[in-house]
Amino acid sequence: MAAKKAAKKKTIEKAETAGVADAPPIEMVKLKVDGVEVEVPKMSRDWEGNLRPTTMLEACQIAGREVPHYCYHKNLPVAGNCRMCLVEFGMPMMGPDRKPVLNEDGSVKVAPMRLPYDPSLPRGAIACATPIAPGMEIYPGSDATRQMREGVLESLLINHPLDCPICDQAGECKLQEYSIEHGQAESRFVEPKVHKPKAQEIGPRILLDAERCVLCTRCVRFTRDIAGDDALGIVNRGSYNTIATFPGQPFDNNYTLNTVDLCPVGALTSKDFRFQMRVWFLKETKSICTSCGTGCNILVGSREEKIRRFEPRENDAVNATWMCDSGRLNYKWIHREDRLTRVTGKRFTERNQLGAWPLALKEISEILRDAEKGSVAIIGSARLTNEELYLLKKLADRTGALTDSVANLGEGDDFLVSDDKNPNSNGCRLTKFCNTELGIHTTKIAEGIRANKIKTLLVFGEDVTKAGISTDLLDQLTHLIVSDVLPNDTTQRADYLLPGCAVVEKRGSMINVKGRLQKFMKAVEAPGDARAEWEILREIVREVEGRVGFETIEGLFNQMAGEVVPFDGLEWASIGDTGVEVEI
Amino acid sequence: MPEEYRLILKNADADGYTPDIKCYLKHGGYEALAKVLKMRGRTVDDKKFTAQEYLREEVKRSGLRGRGGAGFSCGLKWSFVDRRSGKPIYLICNADESEPGTFKDRQIIHKDPHQLIEGMIISCWANDVNLAYIYIRGEFPEGARILENALAEARKKNFLGKNICDSGYDLEIHVHRGAGAYICGEETGLIESLEGKRAYPRIKPPYFPAVLGLYMCPTIVNNVETLCGVKHIVEMGADKFATLGTPNNTGTRIVSLSGHVKRPGYYEIEVGKATLGELIYHENFGGGLREGRTLKAIVPGGSSAKVFKAGEKFKLKKRLPDGKMEENEVDLLDLPYDFDSLMSAGSMSGSGAIIVMDDSTDIVAALANLSEFYAHESCGQCTPCREGSLWMSKALHRLSHGEGRKADADYLTGIAKNIQGRTICAFGEACSWPVLSFVGKFKDEFEARGEADEKARDSGAA
Repeated sequence: MAAKKAAKKKTIEKAETAGVADAPPIEMVKLKVDGVEVEVPKMSRDWEGNLRPTTMLEACQIAGREVPHYCYHKNLPVAGNCRMCLVEFGMPMMGPDRKPVLNEDGSVKVAPMRLPYDPSLPRGAIACATPIAPGMEIYPGSDATRQMREGVLESLLINHPLDCPICDQAGECKLQEYSIEHGQAESRFVEPKVHKPKAQEIGPRILLDAERCVLCTRCVRFTRDIAGDDALGIVNRGSYNTIATFPGQPFDNNYTLNTVDLCPVGALTSKDFRFQMRVWFLKETKSICTSCGTGCNILVGSREEKIRRFEPRENDAVNATWMCDSGRLNYKWIHREDRLTRVTGKRFTERNQLGAWPLALKEISEILRDAEKGSVAIIGSARLTNEELYLLKKLADRTGALTDSVANLGEGDDFLVSDDKNPNSNGCRLTKFCNTELGIHTTKIAEGIRANKIKTLLVFGEDVTKAGISTDLLDQLTHLIVSDVLPNDTTQRADYLLPGCAVVEKRGSMINVKGRLQKFMKAVEAPGDARAEWEILREIVREVEGRVGFETIEGLFNQMAGEVVPFDGLEWASIGDTGVEVEI
Repeated sequence: MPEEYRLILKNADADGYTPDIKCYLKHGGYEALAKVLKMRGRTVDDKKFTAQEYLREEVKRSGLRGRGGAGFSCGLKWSFVDRRSGKPIYLICNADESEPGTFKDRQIIHKDPHQLIEGMIISCWANDVNLAYIYIRGEFPEGARILENALAEARKKNFLGKNICDSGYDLEIHVHRGAGAYICGEETGLIESLEGKRAYPRIKPPYFPAVLGLYMCPTIVNNVETLCGVKHIVEMGADKFATLGTPNNTGTRIVSLSGHVKRPGYYEIEVGKATLGELIYHENFGGGLREGRTLKAIVPGGSSAKVFKAGEKFKLKKRLPDGKMEENEVDLLDLPYDFDSLMSAGSMSGSGAIIVMDDSTDIVAALANLSEFYAHESCGQCTPCREGSLWMSKALHRLSHGEGRKADADYLTGIAKNIQGRTICAFGEACSWPVLSFVGKFKDEFEARGEADEKARDSGAA
């Protein structure tokens, strides 16, 4: 098991280093895809990142020809069982003298492959596992290929319940898509269908509809070879084959929901998302998961300003195509009833909201501008964005404030979950908001308050009463200025309480534990009067510094990149969807 | 006069012959092994061979072809083994004799187990194998017990274990029992099963057993009868072995004869030295059909082989001694029972099992029965076979139970054509060929059945 997990870790690391400059150049091979000559590398990387001969499927991808498939997945070991990627192909003809047979024009004659026992029929090969050869011709668009696909699709559909109207997968179902593109309109099947268990709870988060299953075994391979939990298998034989768990052992590890993404049909569904929303109504926003320091890339599915699901988004340098269940389901708090939505605090109440934001920001700015050097301290969460931490650092420099973050260590695993539960600890370090170690100044800050040296405390996104600054100390302060999203013991004591945003409600960038700088987009509007922390800080910094600066997140990032050394030369636009490596 | 030639079954049915090692040794047992262990490397035509290499060449030269079903050259198979991988090489004896109609390997296992073990030791020695397995089907508990006993006896006499007969060569053989699935006879399915997994055949490429077999090591999988053949090649020499049988179809073969003949049973013949007609009608073999019956069909090589219809004629090409090809028309019953003739006639000698059907046979019911077997045994890994095998079986059940349609003949052919050649293993052919050939050659009967059912339904409705 340990070896397997190590291999799995290696997978992502290898994928990261794939294509590095010092690797020896890979020989190129010429072949034809549907008559068009393409040059493809002789060797490519398999799911573990190891070099092996390039497959026909990869060659077709390079040539821009899609080959339909169910069981093949680039991050899983090859199974070759669905047969959907069968393609007709030809090989250079060899004469009895072992030399290529030539056409009249001198080109090498290519013979389409035929069944050895019936040369009148084409011999297909599964594109996902068949290596390419020089001079090979692949015919993904030929009549014979089309007929093979039709045959496979027909087989997949005969026992399928055809219950798309009540199936969650509808709209993102490969059986639907391929039926339209490659299937037949009519069925010749007149026999009774095979019936299998429906809506079976195979784990706490997963339901299995065995009748919809195409038995591609993606789920089996994922949980065995990637998650390292050999929990799924197949029972029975032939057409009665069914995905199953061991008796009495539920499918319950922290990665089970990936099988729902992997499932090309509606066999595995998420109990959380089931029957919640038709997928074509979802707005998809590129974001990152902030449940730990790994920073898995995600797609946020939302509709009508409500988050409906998180799904992993491909990034080979971070999470490949996976994410953990706990991170995936960690979105419900965003829509909690008790979200902070009003500017409140001792100075403000729910009643005098008119003009509360400008007034509060003005007063806060004045407090900070007039503060005696060293009388201010700032605690900013490592869940804030780089841009926000950069602005807090600016305020700190201006006021000579002690700054710190709160370390948040927990249990990690050897796959995706990091023991650093803060998504942006490295952002704290790189913006110099924190020292190498988070939390080492908190005691000093507490002492400063106790000694009446620190009179103003700015807290962004942390409940400091749980981090060594007691409620008594908070009560001792002249000004407690707090921004947060949910109520806690610190927010209750704030003189100024500024409602902030969840990550999905704003834009920004963070740096994961491995030093990857990644940006995320806004998926939904913040509730009530809540505002993005960078917008709040932008106003305060402008007031305190008395200078007009950037207006947009792009401008803010670009300004920061000019000042924070590891970001030198970067621009918001150049970060891309999958981030860039920075020196940590 | 066609007659049996008993080489492998020479002693098996002799009076007083028992499966214990004492009896085997009394009949010259393990002498071939002794001969092999004394073999030294030699130079032939300026080419140097180690003793092992030389024996492998001998097997190649003998023309021995696999007796499991595909009839692939044993020597060639051995030559594919990756000997430079640095990994151990395994040998597996495929004793998962499951093809309906086949009952030859069990004769060897039950009656002369030491012959198999000796053949295995020699084959292992020739291929630098130190660990071998006998994968025996779950339905052969008695065979497994006999083999275990025999292995224990051989171990005691130091024919197995460390430093076999002071030769410095180590070998261990284990018996592994299957759990009752036909697919375990497919060599890569067998390997998966032996590894403790579900017997899902592997995709080839990349998992050719000779390179990535058992535990991803180079592996040889040979049939029981094939491995026994190796022992006889050593005993009589490759040249002499090659004179048995006919060119390219050398040695002997145990034929399992079943169905509507007077004397069903197993008969060992020189390959190709008896015709299908002789095997069915000659008094030395099947002894003819039951009184008053006429021949209807022959399944010549285990139930997955394409059926022959009585009266069929074939144009067979034969290479003459001067290299020219000659074409002759040959009647079904005059087909020599060998690998090449049956393949040229569009079927195969497969596992050497001949199933004879006379005119009393309901051909639709016969195919329905076969199809049910294949639907039950499909492992279900890949789509065309998983869904197609049951589909065909359901359609045939319907057709043989009064609910047919005239169109069912073409319906069945259409399904079968979407299976053959598109699956991971040869099971796709095994389940589709009977349908293609039965329906193809007896289409009138299938259509008549469906038409009658349609008429009955129409009149019932009226």
